[in-house]
Amino acid sequence: MSFPDPIAVFRTEAAELLEQIEAGLLDLNVNLGDKDQVDAVFRGLHTLKGSGAMFGFEALAAFTHHCETAFDRVRKGEVPATHALVTAVLEAKDHMRALVETPAGDHEAMSEALLVNLRRAVDGSGDQATAPAAAGPAQTLFKIRFSLPQNAMANGTNPLPLLDELRDLGTCRIVADRSGIPSLDELVATDLHIAWDVELLTTEPRSAIDDVFIFVMDDMELSVEEIAIAAQAPVAVAPAPALPATAAVTAEPAATAVAAAAPAAASGDAKAAKANENVRVPAERLDELMDRVGELVIAQSRLSQLAGGSGDLTLRAVSEDVERLSGELRDTMMVLRMVPVTHLFSRFRRLVHDLANETGKKIELITEGETTEVDKSVIERLADPLVHLVRNSCDHGLETADERLASGKTEAGHIHLSARQQAGEVIIKIKDDGRGINKDRVRAKAESSGLIAANASLTDQELYQLIFQPGFSTASEVTNLSGRGVGMDVVKRTIDALRGTINVVSRPGEGSEISLAIPLTLAIIDGLLVRVGNGRYVIPLSAVEECLELSVEEDMRSRGRSFISLRDSLVPFLRLRDLFRTGTKPDPFQKVVVISTGSERVGLVVDQIIGDHQTVIKGMSKLHHDVSTFSGATILGDGDVALILDVGHLVAEGQQQEAHLRAAG
Amino acid sequence: MNQALAKFSEDQWQGRDELEVLTFEIAGETFALEAFIVQEILDLLPETSVPGAKAFVGAVINFRGKVIPLADIRLAFGMEATKPTIDSRIIVIEIEIDGEPVLAGIRTDKVNEVTTLLQSASEPPPSVGMRWRTDFINCLVKRGSEFIILPNLQVIFSARHEHSAIAASHG
Repeated sequence: MSFPDPIAVFRTEAAELLEQIEAGLLDLNVNLGDKDQVDAVFRGLHTLKGSGAMFGFEALAAFTHHCETAFDRVRKGEVPATHALVTAVLEAKDHMRALVETPAGDHEAMSEALLVNLRRAVDGSGDQATAPAAAGPAQTLFKIRFSLPQNAMANGTNPLPLLDELRDLGTCRIVADRSGIPSLDELVATDLHIAWDVELLTTEPRSAIDDVFIFVMDDMELSVEEIAIAAQAPVAVAPAPALPATAAVTAEPAATAVAAAAPAAASGDAKAAKANENVRVPAERLDELMDRVGELVIAQSRLSQLAGGSGDLTLRAVSEDVERLSGELRDTMMVLRMVPVTHLFSRFRRLVHDLANETGKKIELITEGETTEVDKSVIERLADPLVHLVRNSCDHGLETADERLASGKTEAGHIHLSARQQAGEVIIKIKDDGRGINKDRVRAKAESSGLIAANASLTDQELYQLIFQPGFSTASEVTNLSGRGVGMDVVKRTIDALRGTINVVSRPGEGSEISLAIPLTLAIIDGLLVRVGNGRYVIPLSAVEECLELSVEEDMRSRGRSFISLRDSLVPFLRLRDLFRTGTKPDPFQKVVVISTGSERVGLVVDQIIGDHQTVIKGMSKLHHDVSTFSGATILGDGDVALILDVGHLVAEGQQQEAHLRAAG
Repeated sequence: MNQALAKFSEDQWQGRDELEVLTFEIAGETFALEAFIVQEILDLLPETSVPGAKAFVGAVINFRGKVIPLADIRLAFGMEATKPTIDSRIIVIEIEIDGEPVLAGIRTDKVNEVTTLLQSASEPPPSVGMRWRTDFINCLVKRGSEFIILPNLQVIFSARHEHSAIAASHG
């Protein structure tokens, strides 16, 4: 397995740190006296600065340094934590993300502006960075000895910046202990064999030294000894203790050699590995594994067929074992792709915070069921629609504080975001306690834009679904956030693509609730396997209502009209044989699979219904993108490929073809 | 057009004097594809036809758990269909289409050999005297008394096969 690109590793790590920092800041904003959060934010900033410098993100390190200093002062109680500070650092945090992503970009002006902001937030005056240095009464001499693990450089740690940071603390004498270096033929160039003895005269407390090593602390050996308090002579100690001058000089080339070796071998992610027992795996490797498992299941079913046909009992036993194992393997594989929605939900805290600032409303976000697990690819595609829905709730749903108080509600509006699993689906709810959807306005708007006929009788649900039509917005004024009528139709489209459904409940004056029901995975569906001519096809079981036989008389009669009567209602049907131009003789007893697409029911006439089938979905090739009748393909137990019908498109296609036929006839 | 053709030929050779190719036969003509795009050579597999797809890529096959389209170059060149023989093979290739790698199988009558073609023996496709679309061909390479055709798969795969599509939907 190849080493990951260290820069990429840093970026992932930085993204996580930034997320932690953001979470800490938002928590801090709720409770400004929370010392733990101040420490957490400080640690995050410090680590980001340190590893940024290590991986050559100089601008990031320099910029982060200022934020870190600000939080250091908060930590020491020199300045209080304020909402202004949190907001300033939140903005700075966004800038850090830009610095991580495009280190080469032109960020100077932005950095300056943000730092001015930050300074103003801290104390209104200018330079705070020099504050501790000026005070400097008591100096302490520390004897520090530290060594890093042998593979430290391979893991991306560079000792030189650590030494530099120590130098920044005060007057410093550094000696390298080279006793650990093996003889030349045993020497591995990328290993670290050197330990360091440092004598540091500083006004800083002991904790400042610990801070230098904060992000390598867990792997290293560090001893710090406090020698003497030398309050009087600040620089006098420089030539002092019995250190041969030569040692200090020889240490330099050794350290340079170390530095040269470091970038060559820098890789790995020791920190992430030890933080918890998680392993980060690129999604495409999981997909590859999924393919392999799919192949295994197919090979196994061939083996079962062979074993079933032979009288060899041992072979049968082995085949049964393999069957069980591959089934378990497939189940495990599905679980691997599941991730909790925590990640998805956490980003809404920031969104709501910003929206509250922009709208001047007081908004509280309550999340629930964050541990609910959903297939990774589903999560990724849910992010956008949820942003639209949350925005909409904040902007249109919730009233201003005054309006709320006037109608006897709490001053702060509540957005309730929850997730739970229910029978193979995940239900995500966005609930607000705002003014609710104004049905009359929706109706008026829909009538005026021609979406529905005047006085058409619609159920509440049908009426609410109208808000997901393209270009529909009841907001009388367009705000920066929403109201342009773009967005809700995106929600509808994305959820449709995920084969999910949207349900809206709203009570005037009490708020509205939008729930999304989405299948847990995109990788496997339950399907109904049917045969049409010589081809086998899968119809998603979720769309199937019932199966019945096409009676001979109905078959005969249907030459002129393609309807069957099903419990007093007429259901139109499509002959898949005609649609697919199979060119084979139809089976004597044709079957009808009744499917529902939205509000419509349509029968599909097939030659044979084979049975239900756990369908592992494979995407169609780019070369088949023009074929909309099929949403994908799957591989059957005997290795053959079966196509999966896209029911919605199929019906649309069938209608077109019939229109053609009518026009021709 | 001539400039465009010159560009295709240049692209294929990219300043190289030699090309390592796999040669194969379809309907009596010898074709060649650069060896590095060839993933695997397979015996004929069960095919699943895709109703409504362009006839040129009218079927899919199961290639090691992946569902990939099976292309029939014959239809692009308007050649006669030939019956599968004991020599028939599928060549699985990976090419880039619109910046994305795409796996596809190509049905051939016979796979010959991996060989080296010389740039000095190559010619752009003649603009007259050919019944094939000239932009479907990168260049012709003369070897002995025969010509080896280097098809331009990017163009073939992304081109619209109007006649075959119509034939399929009315056939």
